[in-house]
Amino acid sequence: MRDIRLLPQMFIPGTLIGPFSQANLGLGGICTFVGEVRTDEAVEALELSHYEPLTLPGMHALADRAFDRFTLMGLLIVHRVGVLHPGEPIVCVSAAARHRRDAIDAVDFCMDHLKSAAWFWKRELRVNADGAAWHWIEPRHQDANDLARW
Amino acid sequence: MITVVLLGKLADLGGAPSLSLPAPLGWDALIAALPPALADAAGDPRTRVAVNGALLADKAALQAVAGDEVALLPPVSGG
Repeated sequence: MRDIRLLPQMFIPGTLIGPFSQANLGLGGICTFVGEVRTDEAVEALELSHYEPLTLPGMHALADRAFDRFTLMGLLIVHRVGVLHPGEPIVCVSAAARHRRDAIDAVDFCMDHLKSAAWFWKRELRVNADGAAWHWIEPRHQDANDLARW
Repeated sequence: MITVVLLGKLADLGGAPSLSLPAPLGWDALIAALPPALADAAGDPRTRVAVNGALLADKAALQAVAGDEVALLPPVSGG
C-alpha cells in the first residue's frame, strides 16, 4: 500500500497509522517517524513552500527508489506545506515490511532524502525586540552528509 | 509570453512569485531581464532550472517558447 501526499493543513499522524497498518495484512513490522516543528522561543512560525510540478512527483520518485532498495509491503509519506507553528507535525513517514530492518532503513532513507533533496523551501518567522521578520533557511552541510550515507 | 516562477528566496529578490517575459527566451536573455540580485542568485551553480516541470541538466541550454513555464529553483532548505 502506497500513500504519498502533500497536505496544506494540519494533520494528526496517529490517525494515519492505524489504517496504514490495516492496509498491509501480513506485515512483520512497521516503522514510523514523525517530524515536528521544533519549539524555539524566537521562532513563531515556519513556512514551507513547494513547486507543484516537481515536489509531489519527486516524492513519488523517492518512494519508487525505496521500494526498489528495500523489501517493503507499504510506504506512507505525508509532508506538510504552508504555515506551521511549533509543535505541529511537518512530516510522517511509515514503512511496513515483513522484516523490521527493511522498515527501519526505508524510513531513515526517505527522511534523509526528504530533508536534503526534496523540493521544499523553508522560512522562519523570527521575533525579536524590533518585531517579527521572515528568514529563509539555507542548506546545511549535515544534510549532504546524511545523504552520502546512502 | 513566458512565465518565470521564482521559488524560495528568489521570490523575495524578484519582488514577486513570478514574472512574465517575452518569448522566445534563452539563458542569457533571461539573466539580462532580471534585477541584479536575482540574476546573481539565478547564476549560482546550485540554482536549478526547470521548463514545464522538467529539470534542465544544463541551464545555459534554456530555450523557452511562448506558453512555457520556467522555474528558477534555489538550493532547498535543510532540516
